[in-house]
Amino acid sequence: MAHRIAGKKELGPDVFWARIEAPLIAKARQPGQFIILSINNDYSERIPLTIAGADPSDGTIELIWQRVGKTTAELADLAEGDEIANISGPLGTPTHIANFASVICVGGGIGAAPLLPIATALKSAGNRVVSILGFRSKDRLILEEEFARISDELIVTTDDGSYARKALVTEPLAEVCGRDPKPGHAFIIGPTIMMKFCCGVTRKFDVPTQVSLNTIMIDGTGMCGGCRVEVDGKPKFVCVDGPEFDGHRVNFDLMIKRMNAYKPQEQQAHEQYEQHRCRIGLDE
Amino acid sequence: MTHEQRQELLESLLAKQKAGALKPRDRFDIPPQDMPEQDAAVRRRNVHEVALGYTETQARLEAMRCLQCKTAPCVRGCPVRIRIPDFVAAIAEGQYGRALDIIKENSLLPAVCGRVCPQEVQCQETCTVGLRFKDVSKAVSIGRLERFVADLGHNGAAAPAVAPPTGKKIAIVGSGPGGIVAAADTRRAGHDVTVFEAFHKPGGVMVYGIPEFRLPKAIVHDEIETLKTMGVRIVPNFIVGRTRTIEQLMTEDGFDAVYIGVGAGLPSFMGIEGESLVGVYSANEYLTRANLMKAYSFGSGADTPIAVSRRVAVVGGGNVAMDAARTAVRLGAEKVYLIYRRTEKEMPARVEEVHHAQQEGIEFHLLQSPIRIVGDENSRATAIECLRYELGEPDDSGRRRPVAIAGSEFRIDIDTVIIAIGNQANPLIRQTTLSLEFNKWGNLVVDENCRTTMPGVYAGGDIVLGAATVILAMGQGRIAAAAINSDLADEPQ
Repeated sequence: MAHRIAGKKELGPDVFWARIEAPLIAKARQPGQFIILSINNDYSERIPLTIAGADPSDGTIELIWQRVGKTTAELADLAEGDEIANISGPLGTPTHIANFASVICVGGGIGAAPLLPIATALKSAGNRVVSILGFRSKDRLILEEEFARISDELIVTTDDGSYARKALVTEPLAEVCGRDPKPGHAFIIGPTIMMKFCCGVTRKFDVPTQVSLNTIMIDGTGMCGGCRVEVDGKPKFVCVDGPEFDGHRVNFDLMIKRMNAYKPQEQQAHEQYEQHRCRIGLDE
Repeated sequence: MTHEQRQELLESLLAKQKAGALKPRDRFDIPPQDMPEQDAAVRRRNVHEVALGYTETQARLEAMRCLQCKTAPCVRGCPVRIRIPDFVAAIAEGQYGRALDIIKENSLLPAVCGRVCPQEVQCQETCTVGLRFKDVSKAVSIGRLERFVADLGHNGAAAPAVAPPTGKKIAIVGSGPGGIVAAADTRRAGHDVTVFEAFHKPGGVMVYGIPEFRLPKAIVHDEIETLKTMGVRIVPNFIVGRTRTIEQLMTEDGFDAVYIGVGAGLPSFMGIEGESLVGVYSANEYLTRANLMKAYSFGSGADTPIAVSRRVAVVGGGNVAMDAARTAVRLGAEKVYLIYRRTEKEMPARVEEVHHAQQEGIEFHLLQSPIRIVGDENSRATAIECLRYELGEPDDSGRRRPVAIAGSEFRIDIDTVIIAIGNQANPLIRQTTLSLEFNKWGNLVVDENCRTTMPGVYAGGDIVLGAATVILAMGQGRIAAAAINSDLADEPQ
């Protein structure tokens, strides 16, 4: 059963959003969970993407991704009405939603996408929600309105100052953590390096912190162990033990290195794909 | 022996038999037939099947070595009790179709089992011919004969007949060997059967784990097609427990029975330093990348990469370790070391796989075990540090326990490490099905008919047995299907 793309748009440079038919996943998914997709059957790779939203009534899920490698590029080049051969999920342990009185949610880049359903659920659970969204520049800004709607307070930053406050997210994060009373819990999703530095801040203020990891995976069901990270010095599988972990216990440095394990091959595949795409473009 | 010599021998034996003058003595004198194989130097560079299969003459000669023992010790050694002397006799007579029919009474996947069963510790271990020569390798090659008729009959074999619809719905969780058998047997009884597979392709370990050079994927594909012809529905990308829970399948989706055959599927690591370094794989991951995801074609079609390795250390002594080591050779590694803490005799791998691995240049480091994996500043594995062992007293499994030799540490330079020391029970079903009982190792608790503690739910294969074999999983699939069929028949309509 292939999955039709019901809607698709470009949110910013190389950032895409799509609504995709996947009725069973739309019904079952909970905040914090992800899917694994492969575009075609035989030679495509399988990549994990966190579910940004879902509508069980029309049986669709929302994905947001950045064009960084071959598969995300290929996905970006699909149009409304095209089909994705394989989507499996929802995978991973759902986020533990509770009332912590007040929470701080930090999203970096497209990390804002998987953070939105979590922040929404935290708000519904009665938390005071402070959200911090950080982007490289104004044109990469996503989900500002959506976060404004469910947050009691929203702070937006850009690295270059082209929009809102010029800062890295760690700066307002430290300010919010320094308030009295401090947030009961922090939820951080974004690039690994960002999560690492944010965890440095929340550790300093002793704010319990949840991070959502997006490592390399194949099956997503615990079978391969390729996604393993060190948590408290012990190997944990992101797919079945996570994807969320206590950010203060994750070995981010090792995780970053494992994420880069196939960098040259990934670049090669991406370049080949873009060249091929250009050639097709020229032939037309 | 040339083909002509074999042909001549066969004819003379058949003539003697016809005259009623064939003695056991004559049968003992028939040389055991070797399996034709791809040359080791050639096959190191391709992924095609290593064992090429018997010719007809070889098969009949090998079959004539069988003494047709009345007591049939071979049958007792077979987990699914195939009528071995009968099918072997049929081959000797040239009745290949009949031979295949006899096998199919008890085994659904002869082309698979003929290739991957550990015959030397099952049917062939107890073979009288092997005992006579005090050498199990001289037993009748039952597995090769099974493969011979299975391959011959492969295209012509019709799908098994299906009984009229019962109106009952069966869910099979996992499309590995146990699931395939359970699906076929319940479908034959007339039930409406759906197989749910988590991956995008069905076949389980036969597709992601066992490499093409040992079990061609076309064979597995054909078996799945047979299921479809029988009317079994196969649903890929469906993770029971997450996409739908077992409770939902039974209470909302109308399934009357569920068979859980999800396999073991949670790779064990050793718990030593450096196991999360870049370049360290579980065998599951390495084999899945290579087999299912076709990483050997990376850059020429396939999107999934795999380590480009020069020096590989594989840790373990089972079939999976052999598969991983031999896959590494085919992916271009210059040196592949197999590190095992006991001796070759204790290796759980099939003897044939051990021989093939040695022929392909894999260097065995026996009585050694890793204590640490060393990495560089980029966290890439660069060396594996091992201890030497000696064999001590037998342990619970009856195998002599390896004892570390103090101060015997040494290093091997490598860039890739593949850990193939087995699997633990996958936690997915346990995490999502609270009413099932699991033992302390995380394996499902079942009765002798594969019934779990949850009514209507059955289980078999590695999730029950721990790491086992294709044939044992098939045997359990069959037991569970029989229980499902009889339990549902007893139910009021």
